[in-house]
Amino acid sequence: MSSGVELDHITVKFGNFTAVKDATLDIKSGEFFSFLGPSGCGKTTILRTVSGFLDPSSGVVRIGGEDMAGIGPNKRPTALIFQNLALFPLMTVSENITYGLRVRGADKAARMKRADELLELIALPDQGKKLVSELSGGQKQRVAIARALAVEPKVLLLDEPLSALDLKLRQHMRNELREIQKRVGITFIYITHDQGEALTMSDRVAVMSDGEILQISDGKTIYDSPATSFVASFVGENNPMPGTITKAGKTGAVLKTAFGELRGANPHGLKVGDKAILFVRPESISLGKGAADATITSQILNVAFEGNVSHIFMKGAGKKELSVTVGRHGGAEIPAKGAKAAVSYDPGYAVVLPEGKMARE
Amino acid sequence: MSSRLVMRGMIAFYIFLFFAYLFGPLVVMSITAFNTPSYPQAYPFEAFTLNWFVRLWNHRSMMDGIKNSVIIGLGVVAISVPVGLAAAIMMGQIYHRARSMFYLVTVSPVLTPGVIIGISTVIFWKDVMGVTDFTKAYFYKGIILAVFGQASFVAAYCLLIIMARLQRFDRSQEEAALDLGASFPQVFWHILVPFLKPALISASVIAFLSSFENYNTTTFAILADKTLVTVLAGEVRQGTTPALSALAVVIIGLSLVGAIFYEVAKRREEAAAERIQERARLAERGEITGAKTGLA
Amino acid sequence: MSRFIVFLLPLAVIAGFWLLSRQESKLAHDPTHKSFFQRNGAVLGIVFIALVTFWMLFLVVMPYLYMVQESFHPRLPPMKRGGPEDFLTIQQYKSFFVEPSSGNWNTLHLRAFFFSILTSVFVTAVNFAICYPLAYYMAQAGTIQKVRLLMLCLIVPYWVNEILRAFSLRLLLASKGLINQTLMGIGIIDTPIDFLGTNMGLYVGLSYAYLLIMVFPLYNAIESLDKNQIEAARDLGAPWWKIHRDVVIPYAKPGIASGCTMVFMLSAGSLAAPQFLGGPSTLWFTSIVYDFFFQAFNWPRGAAYAFILLTACIIFVLAILKLFKVSLGETIR
Repeated sequence: MSSGVELDHITVKFGNFTAVKDATLDIKSGEFFSFLGPSGCGKTTILRTVSGFLDPSSGVVRIGGEDMAGIGPNKRPTALIFQNLALFPLMTVSENITYGLRVRGADKAARMKRADELLELIALPDQGKKLVSELSGGQKQRVAIARALAVEPKVLLLDEPLSALDLKLRQHMRNELREIQKRVGITFIYITHDQGEALTMSDRVAVMSDGEILQISDGKTIYDSPATSFVASFVGENNPMPGTITKAGKTGAVLKTAFGELRGANPHGLKVGDKAILFVRPESISLGKGAADATITSQILNVAFEGNVSHIFMKGAGKKELSVTVGRHGGAEIPAKGAKAAVSYDPGYAVVLPEGKMARE
Repeated sequence: MSSRLVMRGMIAFYIFLFFAYLFGPLVVMSITAFNTPSYPQAYPFEAFTLNWFVRLWNHRSMMDGIKNSVIIGLGVVAISVPVGLAAAIMMGQIYHRARSMFYLVTVSPVLTPGVIIGISTVIFWKDVMGVTDFTKAYFYKGIILAVFGQASFVAAYCLLIIMARLQRFDRSQEEAALDLGASFPQVFWHILVPFLKPALISASVIAFLSSFENYNTTTFAILADKTLVTVLAGEVRQGTTPALSALAVVIIGLSLVGAIFYEVAKRREEAAAERIQERARLAERGEITGAKTGLA
Repeated sequence: MSRFIVFLLPLAVIAGFWLLSRQESKLAHDPTHKSFFQRNGAVLGIVFIALVTFWMLFLVVMPYLYMVQESFHPRLPPMKRGGPEDFLTIQQYKSFFVEPSSGNWNTLHLRAFFFSILTSVFVTAVNFAICYPLAYYMAQAGTIQKVRLLMLCLIVPYWVNEILRAFSLRLLLASKGLINQTLMGIGIIDTPIDFLGTNMGLYVGLSYAYLLIMVFPLYNAIESLDKNQIEAARDLGAPWWKIHRDVVIPYAKPGIASGCTMVFMLSAGSLAAPQFLGGPSTLWFTSIVYDFFFQAFNWPRGAAYAFILLTACIIFVLAILKLFKVSLGETIR
């Protein structure tokens, strides 16, 4: 039984506004797949299209190879976990969990049995008689998951379900979600604007912006080899250094930037004279000289001590600033504010990308 | 400081005056119910008697009136609560531009003088029921017309009450139920109706009471039948008897009992809600310290 | 019989609605939009529409139309209905202005009409003045327990019906009533004051009957006003009357309009107070309408008068709303 989800050229329009532009992707059966992007990027629209609350303006949604056009949300093999969980406040925990079975006509004994199983799964045994309002945030979270799993969906859709929890619990719930997914073995589609969540839990991540899918890949690839300037600036910290390409080859390109001529990988095969941006992650920069086209020598504007790491802000031409994160274990003495210092990076971890939209601009 | 004290005193005096105005007539009337003179008189208080309550109990047409009032009240509840519910649901769903028009039409009966509603009800149904002799004989009746006339504006009250609660309904509840496989009628009965239950109950109570008390519309629509209120009106027009005061005492007594019950129920409900919140707080605290007792 | 057509109307409305909804779902560009039947399911959708249609058509619109239609007919015994003497006429409306038998101005009814309207305005103003301080106190100064107690005290008297409340006032205001007894007992007067004959009873009765109707909208409107705004105004040194004039009243305008509209309409259409608290010479407009139905058995003229009252009230209310720049939607909530 396949439970993959295919989006085939999906476009969703609200009047004149296009929420999703021509999205095509193939989510494999049993995969933990995340959509990552800032709010308003269209990720929730995709989720609602898969669950059947929205009809795409054009394109086809297939679940397990079957075209879902004209099939309502109550007839699809998907279950959705809402951002606010949408637990039924007037029902007990058990009644919530077995609601999907109740509307399918399951008898009471079967429902009670299933409720007990699921309560066991979410580690809330013997709590079935409680009202939802008696539970804590994390417990509610688990009840919502159990309620969705009770109907044995092929695909579980999660719409930022952890956003209401506090930080510690959120990190704990990440593991728990991943654990549950492995145990039940169904496809999870997860929506989030939190990159930490997306990268830790997912097999693959799709990064979205303005209704477009920019990159689909596993977390490591997205972090190390972002496909566009948006992905590079949205996922993780990054130092963008715009400039013009002066040398270009197979292995890399050299860019003239406000911090000098610097080298990075050139996955797009940009040519000499192209406007481009060099992205170097702050943590891949270290103190001390390296290769000539991977060393920046400049004045230190400020040093921010943050316990395990320190952030060094360096001055470039114009008003450009460079942020460098240095770990404590590096041993090197951090130069004082105002001093001149040299830092260098491994050109293999720097990437040159065409100019484009940046995140947080 | 003293000016503030003067202000306080003035406010207290004003509130005293307000409630004296509100309760004074009722208190005086209640006293007359226990006084012997056949003209309702509070002072001088000649002798204590319960005679007027006995007189009330034996008042044939008043008792018939009460019976009819109850029947009409139940009829009004049966019509106006479902109608108000349906209208409230439609109000939330119809096209934005049509909404204000729909709203205006549905609440217009609230603003229409009751006399006019009564008159128009009689004129319309007399004509419609006159279609056949059968309908004329069995359906052109005061009780039925009174139900229709009252329901026309009581349904609007119900609409307003239910709509107020419906506006607080979380749409994602509906979507969650649908997503779990519920059909539309199931969503309605399992999710929406339980959510609206408090509003439906208060709409029913308000509907019954406004029907029971109505005079302006009923006096026209009731035709040859009688309700408690029209009987009372006849009595007051003919003259005054302490039996009416006795009835008022009974009604006030029932109201007070009802009010106390309501207050007690409400207190209990609040206490229960408080307990539940306390439990949630405890669960929350347990989670922070014992997060690892979960799954992973 | 053409009257059977009336019963087909709801079916027509439902069918029309169905078609509209089908059309809408075809035209809809908005993917979130679900048509009415999609959202409620066919059965419930039809039940909802049937209920609302029944209400709107049979309980509201059609009766109004029938009443208006009735008012354009001459007064005829039932046998002659639909006969040659039955034609459309405006004579019932004319009779409001000109007495048909004498040809003179119908001063009696015109006076009653204006008396009713003006009295209602007066009662509305008095009730506003009485209720505003209480509503303000409850909304801004009172503690929750106090407010709940006051609410209860406000509501309980209104479970006693209109007639008995009028009756209770009559016991106070009658010539043998408690007030006259007291005044005479103290020696302020030696002959009883005729409160009922001088319309005093009517004014008090109307005001008394609709106190609650005024308090609640005012309370609801003032309650949502942020206390800090009043504090801020007080800090700036505004005297209390200026705070009310410049802060509270403009904010509570929709509630004020609501309370005033309701009290005015109810008072202008009231029947119990004028019947039981008016004197023999009090001529109240709704009482005249009542008499056309129950004493003169002149339904068309009664219907015409009722329609005149309705129109006058609507015009009056719309004018007031326009004056206060409040929309009708804000008024009824």
